[in-house]
Amino acid sequence: MANFGDHLRELGALDRLASMDTPIHRLDPRAKVLATLLFILMVASFGRYEVSGLLPFALFPVILGTLGEVPWGLVGKRVLMVLPFALVLGILNPFLDRSQVAFGSWTLSAGWLSFASILLRFALCVGASVILIATTSMDGVCMALERLGLPRVFTLQIALLYRYVFVLLEETLRITRARELRANGRPLLLSEYGSLAGSLFLRTWERARRVHVAMLSRGFEGEFHGASPPHFRSKDAAFLMGWGAVLVVLRLVNLPHLLESLLKGVAS
Amino acid sequence: MHMADALLSPAVGATMWVLSGATLGRSATRVRKTLDEGRLPLMGVLGAFVFAVQMLNFAIPGTGSSGHLAGTLFLALLLGPHGAFLTVSSVLVVQALFFADGGLLALGCNLFNMGFFPAFVAYPLIVRPLLAGAPGQGRRALGIILGAVIGLQLGAFGVVLETILSGRTALPFKAFLYAMQPIHLAIGLVEGLATLALVAFLARTRPELLETQSRGRSAWKGALVVAVMALVAGGCFSWFASTRPDGLEWALAKVGQQEIEAPEQSLHGRIAHAQARTALMPDYAFKGGGESRGATSLAGVGGGVLTLLIVGGVGIALRPRRKMA
Amino acid sequence: MSHHLLEGVQLCHRYADGTEALRGLDFCIRHGESVALVGANGAGKSTLLQHLNGTLLPTSGAVKIGGITVCKETLRDIRRTVGMVFQDPDDQLFMSTVFEDVAFGPRNLGLPDADVETRVRQALDRVEIGHLAHKPPFRLSGGEKRRAAIATVLSMSPDVLVMDEPSAGLDPRSRRQLIGLLKDFQHTKLIATHDLDLVLDLCDRTLVMHQGKLMADGPTREIFADAALLEACHLEKPFSMQGCPVCGRT
Ligand SMILES: Nc1ncnc2c1ncn2[C@@H]1O[C@H](COP(=O)(O)OP(=O)(O)OP(=O)(O)O)[C@@H](O)[C@H]1O
Ligand SMILES: [Mg+2]
Repeated sequence: MANFGDHLRELGALDRLASMDTPIHRLDPRAKVLATLLFILMVASFGRYEVSGLLPFALFPVILGTLGEVPWGLVGKRVLMVLPFALVLGILNPFLDRSQVAFGSWTLSAGWLSFASILLRFALCVGASVILIATTSMDGVCMALERLGLPRVFTLQIALLYRYVFVLLEETLRITRARELRANGRPLLLSEYGSLAGSLFLRTWERARRVHVAMLSRGFEGEFHGASPPHFRSKDAAFLMGWGAVLVVLRLVNLPHLLESLLKGVAS
Repeated sequence: MHMADALLSPAVGATMWVLSGATLGRSATRVRKTLDEGRLPLMGVLGAFVFAVQMLNFAIPGTGSSGHLAGTLFLALLLGPHGAFLTVSSVLVVQALFFADGGLLALGCNLFNMGFFPAFVAYPLIVRPLLAGAPGQGRRALGIILGAVIGLQLGAFGVVLETILSGRTALPFKAFLYAMQPIHLAIGLVEGLATLALVAFLARTRPELLETQSRGRSAWKGALVVAVMALVAGGCFSWFASTRPDGLEWALAKVGQQEIEAPEQSLHGRIAHAQARTALMPDYAFKGGGESRGATSLAGVGGGVLTLLIVGGVGIALRPRRKMA
Repeated sequence: MSHHLLEGVQLCHRYADGTEALRGLDFCIRHGESVALVGANGAGKSTLLQHLNGTLLPTSGAVKIGGITVCKETLRDIRRTVGMVFQDPDDQLFMSTVFEDVAFGPRNLGLPDADVETRVRQALDRVEIGHLAHKPPFRLSGGEKRRAAIATVLSMSPDVLVMDEPSAGLDPRSRRQLIGLLKDFQHTKLIATHDLDLVLDLCDRTLVMHQGKLMADGPTREIFADAALLEACHLEKPFSMQGCPVCGRT
């Protein structure tokens, strides 16, 4: 249960990062969410064996991460966290897909290419998502999602969840610590689980009731009135259009190949 | 299991986004219409509860490993299918954003696999009817465990289908299916037991909280029939899959051709075509065996290294001055 | 508006599980008064406070705010008049930043954005946490949370402040600062608390509750001097009125 505190700290760390002030943080969340979605879509659209075409896409996370001052350790950690999953799903490819591909003088099964492709996709997609959340406040993300057409009731859910996840993780941490002190390292049994999770649930329930009362006391009548969203400035539009163009071009033009032939041209 | 961005094709990802988005919209409307406003903060705080309780691990008897609650079924018991779907979706969004569980494109798949199946299939068809009236301990246990197992089996099947249709891994359909379904049978049992433990605790301490779900028609025999039929159908399906593997693969390939490849053809095909015209070294994809592709792939390596150098260089050049001072 | 601001008439409340939390309370609080509500755990203080802004409605009897009976139809106006500060500030700060939280009430009143902004600024300045406006609530200290919770209420410009254990969980210095802050407020105040020293500092009048009934109502110093009453209601004299443990002098 050590990962409890870890999760809490990580959430806190990301939240602190998101409240920094850099050119990337100052962009409209809608622009960032859309650009990231487009990025992931473009990466996903490559065929199974694509490796070189994916490489230039690293530009997106690298530029955003650098300008947004996201610590690379954090991004790396996140990528490493999902890596086992990627390995499990991709590791069979080299054995299942044995069609041979010549690599100069030696050959290689095409499965290795699709395996590398999966790993690269994982790294790119996870990196881009982490950088998005490290440069955008949760509030901003909710606002963006709402503007993109998700129901208000739902974005409100997300905002409340995010608000109380810190409170509840701490509460859970207290409950489990109290148990561990008496348990002498004995793992949690299913029979105890019911009452442990159950009492956590009852506390949650009571808290929800009190939160509701607090809302009612301040004139809540079932309708949430958020702040009117900030204007989508020309800067934001430029960011979105610029990246949109770059990503589409990178999708259409295989940059490594282009460079390679340039190299050859220079050499000959 | 979370479906991941890296395993998805845009067509599958987008289709699932549309499906889940529609479900989300419908659920939101229903929740607004039917639930009293006190449910709104309740659902938000319960989302945080699910998040926290997912990290609470308990020992699985006799295995030495540990399990935890996913919680959709439990939420459905408290909030009904629409509220449960909304709440679980909010949990999945936060997990996708903060812990890179799945990712943004895969969100549609994950909402569907982990939200739709338990909340809109397993709960109303199996659990609610089985728990209607005043269920005894046995019937309650049966309903909850069956519901959890069936919900997870469907979810796992969703993952398999989405992965195979996307075609990013070389896993054959049958092998993947045979790996996923038994694993999720175990996960489903764990989920069922954990939900049952929680529900039993509440039935002891605060029975009024669970009252909402014991209304409804007592049609538990019908539900049992549905559950048995589902299991039989699942059994037949696996039997069919094992005896007529080619038939199934063929069927799937056909579905893939018609429904998934088709949109890809329009987008992909055009993109590939444009790529062929613009790229200096056309036709880079290896379909089937690549005999004379040595030059192509070798071409990729030098250019790839150069690309990475450029990307790295851009990163270094953009590093904020502040840090260096 | 009536001379009597808060009034209870034979107020009773029974919870759904059958607990008789209030058993016929009569009280009356006038404009500008600062009144304390004391009593042991489970005496019914929180239950009483929740009746004052209609989050609970009486099982029998009535609550009147400025002469208006609290009921479903009058809730809107009542909640503008009575501002409630809850026991646990985490329950009251449910939005993502302090600013959003303080703005929640004014927005529900339907005020335009500019007015909301000024109200929020004023409320935050009043409790001296203007610099924390854009912090998320979970990143605040206990004392800061308490101030933010008070600001959320002030932004509604209520006539009456009702507080449930405002000093619970504060360190001595934050507690001192809070008392100083509350002393400056001109509002009519009703404060439920276990902190009898805070009562001595802030309230001239005290209501004593025990098991859902009102046991005493009078000037604070007189009540705290009545050892028999305190004993009967499971209360203890405030430290500042107890004899010095070393020399025995008060
Ligand atoms: N939601 C509820 N349902 C049932 N009984 C309740 C509920 N809330 C409070 N009670 C009961 O009502 C009585 C009065 O509770 P109340 O919370 O008003 O006491 P209090 O004076 O505020 O106590 P404390 O000093 O501990 O805050 C108690 O016996 C309590 O158990
Ligand atoms: Mg209380």
